[in-house]
Amino acid sequence: MSTQKPILQMTKIHKRFPGVKALSDVNLRLFPGEVHALMGENGAGKSTLIKVLTGVYSIDEGRVEMEGMPITLHSPLESQAAGISTVYQEVNLCPNLTVAENIFIGREPRRFGRILWKEMNRRAAELLSERMNLQIDVTRPLHTYSVAVQQLVAIARALNISAKVLILDEPTSSLDQKEVEQLFRIMRKLKQDGLSILFVTHFLDQMYEISDRVTILRGGEFVGEYMAEELTRLELVMKMIGKELHLLEELPSLAEADQHTLGGEWIRAEGLGRKGGIEPFDLAIRQGEVVGLAGLLGSGRTETARLFFGADKPDSGRLTLPESAGTVRSPREAIRRRIAFCSENRKTEGIIGDLTVRENIILVLQAKYGAFKAISRKRQEEIAGEYIRMLNINPPNPDHLIKNLSGGNQQKVLLARWLLTEPQLLILDEPTRGIDIGAKAEIQKLVLSLSRQGMSFLFISSELEEVLRVSDRIAVLRDRRKVKEVTGKDMSQQHIMQSIAGG
Amino acid sequence: MSLNRKYIPIVVTILLFLVMFAAGSFRYTGFFSLQVLMNLLVDNAFLLVTAVGMSFVILSGGIDLSVGSVIALSTMISASLVQQLGWPPLVVIPLVLLMGAAFGSAMGAIIHYFKIQPFIVTLAGMFLARGLCYVISIDTITIDHPFYTAVAQTKIPLPGSSFLSISAVIALIVVAAAIFTAHYTRFGRNVYALGGNEQSALLMGLPVARTKVLVYTLSGFCSSLAGVVFTFYMLSGYGLHAVGFELDTIAAVVIGGTLLTGGVGYVLGTFFGVLIQGVIQTIISFEGTLSSWWTKIVIGLLLFVFILLQRVLTSGSPARK
Amino acid sequence: MGRLVKHHLFWPLCVLAALLLFNLCYSPDFFTITMHDGHLYGSLIDILNFGSPLILVAIGMTLVVATKGIDLSVGSIVAISGAVACLSISKGPDQNSLVLILISVLLAVGLSLVLGLWNGLLVSVAGIQPIIATLILMVAGRGIAQLVTGGQIITVTSAKYAYIGSGSLATLPFSIFVVILVLLIALLTRRTALGLFIESVGCNPTASLMAGVRAKWVILSVYIFCGLCAGIAGLLLSSNVSSADGNNAGLWYELDAILAVVIGGTSLNGGRYYLTGTVIGALIIQTLTTTIYMIGVPPEITLVVKAFVVLAVCLIQSDSFRAAFAARWKTRHYPAEKEITRHVS
Repeated sequence: MSTQKPILQMTKIHKRFPGVKALSDVNLRLFPGEVHALMGENGAGKSTLIKVLTGVYSIDEGRVEMEGMPITLHSPLESQAAGISTVYQEVNLCPNLTVAENIFIGREPRRFGRILWKEMNRRAAELLSERMNLQIDVTRPLHTYSVAVQQLVAIARALNISAKVLILDEPTSSLDQKEVEQLFRIMRKLKQDGLSILFVTHFLDQMYEISDRVTILRGGEFVGEYMAEELTRLELVMKMIGKELHLLEELPSLAEADQHTLGGEWIRAEGLGRKGGIEPFDLAIRQGEVVGLAGLLGSGRTETARLFFGADKPDSGRLTLPESAGTVRSPREAIRRRIAFCSENRKTEGIIGDLTVRENIILVLQAKYGAFKAISRKRQEEIAGEYIRMLNINPPNPDHLIKNLSGGNQQKVLLARWLLTEPQLLILDEPTRGIDIGAKAEIQKLVLSLSRQGMSFLFISSELEEVLRVSDRIAVLRDRRKVKEVTGKDMSQQHIMQSIAGG
Repeated sequence: MSLNRKYIPIVVTILLFLVMFAAGSFRYTGFFSLQVLMNLLVDNAFLLVTAVGMSFVILSGGIDLSVGSVIALSTMISASLVQQLGWPPLVVIPLVLLMGAAFGSAMGAIIHYFKIQPFIVTLAGMFLARGLCYVISIDTITIDHPFYTAVAQTKIPLPGSSFLSISAVIALIVVAAAIFTAHYTRFGRNVYALGGNEQSALLMGLPVARTKVLVYTLSGFCSSLAGVVFTFYMLSGYGLHAVGFELDTIAAVVIGGTLLTGGVGYVLGTFFGVLIQGVIQTIISFEGTLSSWWTKIVIGLLLFVFILLQRVLTSGSPARK
Repeated sequence: MGRLVKHHLFWPLCVLAALLLFNLCYSPDFFTITMHDGHLYGSLIDILNFGSPLILVAIGMTLVVATKGIDLSVGSIVAISGAVACLSISKGPDQNSLVLILISVLLAVGLSLVLGLWNGLLVSVAGIQPIIATLILMVAGRGIAQLVTGGQIITVTSAKYAYIGSGSLATLPFSIFVVILVLLIALLTRRTALGLFIESVGCNPTASLMAGVRAKWVILSVYIFCGLCAGIAGLLLSSNVSSADGNNAGLWYELDAILAVVIGGTSLNGGRYYLTGTVIGALIIQTLTTTIYMIGVPPEITLVVKAFVVLAVCLIQSDSFRAAFAARWKTRHYPAEKEITRHVS
């Protein structure tokens, strides 16, 4: 295979956004007839790289060559014309149109400007059955089919545009096991037909099952390109989230460094689970305990957190608070029971962009009080001032609109919002993502000092070091399943990475 | 092919029309005749033409509040050019249609390029067109040009001693052309795609900008054509013609089974939606003791039922946001 | 100076001042206010008096718009409320009986609350888009109003009822006090935390739910309040002319109200709302109407002016429009910012 020439080659790609280096010196080679996995955690640069390939972003430096010829990609259409097609996780088709139309729209067979439906339906059925072994009624609207079928239809559309390179952006995240197998069968068939597939995923098992080659990115940088079969799971995980094995010195866990006494069990999940989110698991958190969730992106971390907050309804099991003999069915109830949740999606689930820092800080407390017990303006300002000082929020102006703050400062405002309600359990989902080192350390220290005062934490982060540093106990998740709980001496990077890697 | 969920609203619409017509036939003597049926078309020709344009707008996920005002403006321009300036109708009518289309495309361009809600842009269009009527004249301008009176009085005989007017024939042609456009041309399918998911349509490489502007152009054209038909019907131009007409039009489209969120519906449904409104009016006029406002109340009720039906039907489908 | 220009009331106030100034130039006695039988008379007083129903409806609309909603049915509610009150009074044995008037007014107000509740339920519980949900009552409401009046114009001869819309208190029109009262109630949203909740729900409904705000209740309550405002406006309007016209009362009120809200600086995309801005917006519309009357242009031409005002205000609020302009001056800077926000999200 190595004697073959790559069909697509990207060399020394650089992409900067103001203040952020999204991609620096990234390479990617795709060979015909191979499945090439692109892996990396949040912020690794996967989505930026794909957007470059699909023509959404332009690059600052570097070369893109298709079959040896340099090309430039300025728009999704140009990229399609060059033979690169993308199927996104959120299937980008029109759910109201029929399956056949979704494959052909824009290129319908016509005679004298009249669309030939029969011809189109025939061709669609043919395409689906011949290239994808899929026999379905192509005259039904797309939305009547499952996401898995919709994805296959999207692939069929891409093939029909005569794609040479097919990008599958996390196609398996909303599929069940059987559907994944179906997709893989089709991918293998397409591979035999000589198509080159770039497969973006965060499931290790799937990567190994289907891929020939893998490119790993971390923090916008190119880690390396490997043959899948030559790369062990542990190596893979380390390249994605950790340091090189020989550089790995056991960092003293801060949590371990000063042992503290934990209180009684405060909240307990028994058999709690949600289909498509996280398989049933048991997890109890004690007072003053920091429980870390370690696992790769898509391993069910956020889904676990949402179940604890009542943001999603579980399909099975229950969540109990032994002390108050209560449970949690909605965010409001969670807040009343002193649970707080800093979401990973700051923009959509966290900040109220058009409101000021002050208003954002007091929002939850005020919602707890109700509409008619208003916190006085003076008190609001005191509170805001206090937290701005305590958390070093910059600019230190409570009347600044939160949308104009940097990500790190928005995060601190959200922390302030929840700390103000004096929660017993604070769920932090990726609290330090996209934040500079200084702010990161501050947040970690805060977690530790608050836990010493008896507050419990559920701490989620893509950075294993960070989880290790703050946690008393770590639950390891893999492929939407809780696979292990580690405490004390077992809490080493290597041990946990092995658990994450599994297999 | 099994009955698909997407056909439920249109089937309900057609059934509703049949039931209402049957009910009227049983209750009132003289109701069950071909002419009553034809009169539904004759009396609602302009509504039908407007509603066809509106169907495309709503299918694309937008709305057009300016239709009633554009009708009034068309009658006003026709009347003033023909009556006051003595222009020949065969010059005036194409000019009016062009004006309507231009008006629509201007609104479409503002909606698309400046990303302002269609609701508010067409609201401004509504104010503007209505106001321009009064700039021309505040009073009614009666049309007595022989061409207009001749068109107004021509009856096209049909078997069973019934007849259709020229306006009704125009409306039927428009409906037929619209059905073809919606289902057998790329433009038509792009409208559906746009209403289904604009983001996807963009990523699929469809001409979103052109389609969107064209949809409003079409609606403006239909409204001005309806205005021309309206002048045949009323033989006058007046700034207060077709006040509140946008609501009747939207109601006809929704009762016709088109989803107000866009992407789902049929021009044929709109046709029956208009007929249902016509039947309601006919029944009320046959009843004699019922007053005209019952029409509005019944239409409001139907709107409620259909919107709720849509809500129930769409909430079940998985891929719809 | 920079801060002054940036204040949300700056532009609306400028427009209002310009309009008034124009009137002053055109007719020098425009600002003259005379005292007659203990009542004040003058163009300015008229603007306040005739503008009060619109101000009321616009105040209600402001809160609805702040939640990213819209209420198209206010015009119909105005008509229904006036019709119900007038019908109830006209059926009474003594049209001047205070009890009868009170009962009639309460009946009308109660009914408009119910209509507001209906809208609110459709939007918050049934989850129907606001434009569509309120369209139902916009269409049916006209019919209901005509049903109540029997298609006729109901006239009442009740001095006490007429007082609501045309009487005066302490030399000023009584309607002004009604407006002030309702405005104060609306401003209570600022004293309580309701205003914060309204803005947070309008700006980011998901985040608000995660923060424990009862979004459904907030939405329900703004529609009820909007119904109430429209109902009171209907009373003022019908009492001012001592009659109820199911057909024409409150016609186009929804549009004027939305216009007032937008001129006042509240964005149709929800979020921040400005009640005083809305009041000024409504006053601008009323002054414009008065001005056009005064200079002898047919009043219907106001519509043309309104069309351009709507368009201008919306263009100014449109990001794409501003971006198109900003790009001319500071090339590349703005698109880059846009790109980063897209990237981060």
